[in-house]
Amino acid sequence: MRFLDFERPIAELEGKIAELRHLGDADGMNIVEEVARLQQKVERQLQTTYARLTPWQKTHVARHPDRPHCLRYIKRLIDDFTPLAGDRSFAEDEAIVGGLGRFRGQAVVVIGQEKGHDTESRVKHNFGMPRPEGYRKAQRLMRMAERFGLPVLTLVDTAGAFPGKGAEERGQAEAIARSTETCLDLRVPLIACVIGEGGSGGAIALAAGNVVLMLEHAIYSVISPEGCASILWRSGDKAQDAAEALRLTAQDLETLGVIEEIVKEPLGGAHRDPEAAMDAVGEAFERHLAELMPLSGDVIRARRRARFLAIGRQGLS
Amino acid sequence: MNWLSDYVRPKFRNLVGSTREVPDNLWHKCSTCGHMIFHKELDKARRVCTQCGHHMRLPVKHRLAMLFDDGSYDRIPLPKVPADPLKFRDVKRYTDRLKDAQSRTAESDGLIVAHGPIEGRTAVVAAFDFDFMGGSMGMAVGEGFVAAAEKAVELDAPLIAIPSSGGARMQEGILSLMQMARVTVAVDMVKDAGLPYIVVLTDPTTGGVTASLAMLGDIAIAEPGAIIGFAGARVIEQTIHEKLPKGFQRSEYLLEHGMVDMVVPRDTLKGTLARVIRLLTVPVEPVAQTTLPTVVTPDHVEGHRETEPTGPVDDSEDPHPDVEVLPPSDGDKAARRKTAPERERRTGDSAAASTAADQPPPEA
Ligand SMILES: [Zn+2]
Ligand SMILES: [Zn+2]
Repeated sequence: MRFLDFERPIAELEGKIAELRHLGDADGMNIVEEVARLQQKVERQLQTTYARLTPWQKTHVARHPDRPHCLRYIKRLIDDFTPLAGDRSFAEDEAIVGGLGRFRGQAVVVIGQEKGHDTESRVKHNFGMPRPEGYRKAQRLMRMAERFGLPVLTLVDTAGAFPGKGAEERGQAEAIARSTETCLDLRVPLIACVIGEGGSGGAIALAAGNVVLMLEHAIYSVISPEGCASILWRSGDKAQDAAEALRLTAQDLETLGVIEEIVKEPLGGAHRDPEAAMDAVGEAFERHLAELMPLSGDVIRARRRARFLAIGRQGLS
Repeated sequence: MNWLSDYVRPKFRNLVGSTREVPDNLWHKCSTCGHMIFHKELDKARRVCTQCGHHMRLPVKHRLAMLFDDGSYDRIPLPKVPADPLKFRDVKRYTDRLKDAQSRTAESDGLIVAHGPIEGRTAVVAAFDFDFMGGSMGMAVGEGFVAAAEKAVELDAPLIAIPSSGGARMQEGILSLMQMARVTVAVDMVKDAGLPYIVVLTDPTTGGVTASLAMLGDIAIAEPGAIIGFAGARVIEQTIHEKLPKGFQRSEYLLEHGMVDMVVPRDTLKGTLARVIRLLTVPVEPVAQTTLPTVVTPDHVEGHRETEPTGPVDDSEDPHPDVEVLPPSDGDKAARRKTAPERERRTGDSAAASTAADQPPPEA
């Protein structure tokens, strides 16, 4: 378990627990009671800490290296997953993974950004920062889903599209624009869930759905707090202030009418109990999918467009 | 995403300030060639350097006057949106930044929606005002763009978008990001109505504006030398740790990489737009304007069908409403049919020729 800065008291308690257990093994003394007492303390600490995470703390939880990423969700939630590769014109971009599979019996297309979990896989998936080919593959998969009447599930988790020379030359902006346009145009349901970081244009390109879900401690923003701080405050160490100002938490986004639902995370964040977090997302997907599947393609498309046009028109002061 | 708004705007403001207000600075120095141009001469040249052709930024109203016939157009006001829904404050309050921009430009936000004739054909133009917070796209701009699309559909007219923007307006947070999806819905309203959506990319077009409305045009026209891109060059250099090539993210570079249809100098922009619009919305022009041989044109609409040289036409299924009102199309079609086999023969490709002979003419 890797701990974040603000989790130090929790880390210390868990350190004690580990120590006791070690001693217990060695001396054969009964430490069960003490461990239980400490564990209760940990739980209380987690509860109070996680009930009032600041936006900046949430930013770190959302980026936690142990947080379940896209491929883990797919493994947990999708049967018969059949990955599909390539944009058919330049390359396979593994920052975006996607394919066919079965979700609770229903054949689906699933697409998402994968950040990787160790050095090797992070490099392989380019840290979850897609190039144009990734967005073009996504478009291809979405169109195929539409052709076969399959709903699309997307798992959004990216710091943003990759800022590279080749990415620009091959039309990063165009690829993002068309991907967003494709999301909005589909005549099959599209449900998006921001599972970690929803980074700007690179995120919305997969998140223009009928329903947009967000995990309790995920963030979704027009720019990273660091980027915003360096532009508006001209100082990278104002990221904390920028995180506050940007209103990037799931709770903020629900208030602003940008998302449909917050998916509750297990105590202490998704990284403490990934299975529970992933199953909660699965439950939400299933519920919203059941509502959308009976609708006609035209209605699905019209409602998705109306959903986005409505954002900002009511409920804001 | 709107990295440009703060780096470029202050410089731009100084430039505008110095030429507009300071009376002893009636001369402009071209930033590319150093040529000194008299203020009035530069405006007459649409702010294109008379020496080297460098395209300086053109104030949005100057641009609208240049595009519409006789420089006259109607405007539709930007719809009202909640101001500062995030209560955003950095080193300055967003509401103060807004007020500053509003008083400096006398506009409510960074988009001007106008409609009027361009070479006689009505078009709707949604033009970004770079002088208003770097042309950044927030709720007002997004809502204005939606209004522009609705107007285009209402008028059955093409929509021309003219971005000049650093990207999304950070001070509106996620709500500015949502404009990327909202303006995309607007673009598709125009496309669904069968109307052309044309984008004129001007300096600079970056960030979330590029990654939405700017890259979705049926036709993409760029002004010479304009910066067009998604990520800022500085961010890219810091990420990949290498120097970017000369001309990177400039119009000509994008043309080379297949990202825009054409780079069009300012003095031929209006003519190009008008021609493209005519070609997309009036598929067949009166025959007198073409180089085709003279064809007898029936002067009554009902009669033209009888002169059709090939194949029966099923009126019930294919009423050809456009052909109905433009009788010269017959001559055009007939002429094309006549020349097709000739072209085939000239190529000397016997397989192609025989195939062509076996099959009905493509227009039938
Ligand atoms: Zn010059
Ligand atoms: Zn001047």
